Formats: sequence, structure tokens, C-alpha cells
Amino acid sequence: MKLDVFIERENKKEKVELPEGSTLKDLLTKLKINPVTVVISKNGEVVAEIAKIKDKDKIELLSVVSGG
Amino acid sequence: MCKTCKENPVIIIQGNKPLCKGCFMKYFEKKVFWTIRQYNLIDKKDIIAVGVSGGKDSLTLLYLLNKVLTPQKTKFFGLLIDEGIKGYRNITIEDAKKFCKENGIELKIISYKKEFGNTLDEMLKQKKINACALCGVLRRYLINKYARKYGATKIATGHNLDDEAQSILMNQLKGNMAFSAKLGPKTGVLTHDQFIPRIKPLYFLTEKETTTFSKLKNLPVTFIECPNHKDSFRDEVGKMLSNLEAKYPGTKQSVVNSLLQVLPSLAKQFKGQKIGTCKKCKEPAAKDLCKVCELLKR
Repeated sequence: MKLDVFIERENKKEKVELPEGSTLKDLLTKLKINPVTVVISKNGEVVAEIAKIKDKDKIELLSVVSGG
Repeated sequence: MCKTCKENPVIIIQGNKPLCKGCFMKYFEKKVFWTIRQYNLIDKKDIIAVGVSGGKDSLTLLYLLNKVLTPQKTKFFGLLIDEGIKGYRNITIEDAKKFCKENGIELKIISYKKEFGNTLDEMLKQKKINACALCGVLRRYLINKYARKYGATKIATGHNLDDEAQSILMNQLKGNMAFSAKLGPKTGVLTHDQFIPRIKPLYFLTEKETTTFSKLKNLPVTFIECPNHKDSFRDEVGKMLSNLEAKYPGTKQSVVNSLLQVLPSLAKQFKGQKIGTCKKCKEPAAKDLCKVCELLKR
């Protein structure tokens, strides 16, 4: 399946391919992003990394680090 | 599924527990109110200066303090320090103003430019100095000075579990145990009649939890990072702790718990440290001059 992923900290959009039945945790592993450091939104809704994803889902990864 | 009501989870909280939106919001607020009660952070007669940056932590704190302090008629106001960091603070100030206006909260803004003659950006062009080290000293100085000037009896800050675990580890790695004696949910060992005690109601909540709360509450937060934070020592330590947290859940809480266990003896050990008054600006100082007058050579 193909996903659109927006990585807020780097302000970049990525297209990612993952096998059917993957979870957001699999996506984070593929992107080498630590789940502790991001809040995930799937199609506009905040979700935990254990959520399953499907083809054409829109994912946003919001960094929790702000500093100051 | 949510551990409590079987709805779809929005987060996996400390202790590896998935929670849905409703249960997470209840958990978050309960933990903040528990911290306030458990550590006697606020007395009804207090006047609270809430340190506001306009970021997720401080607006979450302001939202919750408004919820708890307004019904019990405890006075509070927002205190924002404008360091003059272009592309960052000018944006978060607007968020803070918007939030305070919408919620009828008084917001006082103090700027480096007006107080010290230069913005942080200008100071960093003139001096070869670590941005966070300089900025931290100047900010703490102004928060204390103006909280006192406006009659506050306590200063509430949005420090969370991640901030505290990082500070503990940074002090350990640099051998600054006296600094760790000043940590904890409320002010540590140093006393001076010019010092306003500090409290940290978000002390037991992680950065991920405060971010999730602010997002779910639709607080007007622009999620941007301070440009000086990247590659700082704090940033390095923060990354290390988050990597350990992912591998061994509960690491950050354990670091903080370990400090809380030894805090009474640390406080006892460093209690003798005398705090005087700065010869130039009359603010509290460990030496003849306070750190601000020393750094700015004024």
C-alpha cells in the first residue's frame, strides 16, 4: 500500500510503501522515527502507533520537541 | 483498544497503557490536579505568575490553571518573556495573546530588548556564547524580577517529565549536583526574600502527553521548535533519554523518581549555600554580581 506522510519537524512530505496490514509503528520503524518523539495523526485524527493503516491514508507526524 | 473503555486509543501512556481521547483527557487532568494537591503547590490566597511562552506546555498549563484557579478565586496572570528570537518567539507570542484574549487572562510581556538593550539574536551576534546557557539565565532573572514586581507569590512553569529528566541527567553528567538540589515539583533549597518560589504542575506528564493534550484540546499552538535548541546539550540528552524510553518504557519516570528519593538529603547538603544580593542590580546573586550582570558586563 502507498501512503502520504507529512513529517512536520523536517517540513517535508514523503510517499511510503508498506505491506498490507502494517501498523503506524511499522511506518515509524521504516522512517527511523522514535514513537516517543511524535504525535501521529491519521486522516486528521490523533491515533496511537498501534493503529493499523490502509492504502491512501494521510499521515502527519508532529514532533513533540519544542525547546524554550 | 483503550485499556479502560475499549474505544480506539489516541496514545500509549506511561506504563504501556493505550487510552482513548476521553480517558486520556481525564487521566491528564487528574494527574495535574493530583500533583498540585500532593505537593501543596498552590494555596487559595496565592497570586500565581504563569510563565507563558505560547508553546504547548505553557498553554496547556494556563488552560488547566484557569480551570482550577478561577472557580476558587485564586488570582493568576500570564508572564511572557520575549527574548527576540526571529521566526520563533514572534510566532508563539501571537498564540499566547490569542489564547489569553479568548479566555480573559491578563498577559504581561517583558522583552530582552527593553530590559537589556538587545534581543537574544543581537546578543548572539556580538558574543560567542552558548545560546541556551545565556537565554536560560536571562529568562529566569526576568521571570523572577517581574513576577515579584507584579505581586506574585508563586511562579508556575510548564516544565514536564522530559524537561526534568533531562535536567537531572545533564547535572549528573556535568557533576552539578547542587543544581539538582534545586529541582523537584516546587522550588528546592535556595531561599532569599527576593526569590519567588516556583512550581511545576505538569511535572509527572511526558512531553508526548502534553503535546497530545494540547492537540486534542485544539489549543492555539504553532508547533515550532526554538532554532537554538537543535544540537544543544539538552537536545542531545533528550534524544538519548527518548531512545532509552522507546526501548525500556518508564526510563524517564525512573530518572525523576530517583531524584525525588534523594532530594531531601540533597536539599539538606546544599542548604548552607548563601545567596546574597547583586551589587549592581540588587537582584539575588551567589557572588558579588548576579549571573546576568556578569554575563552582560553591565
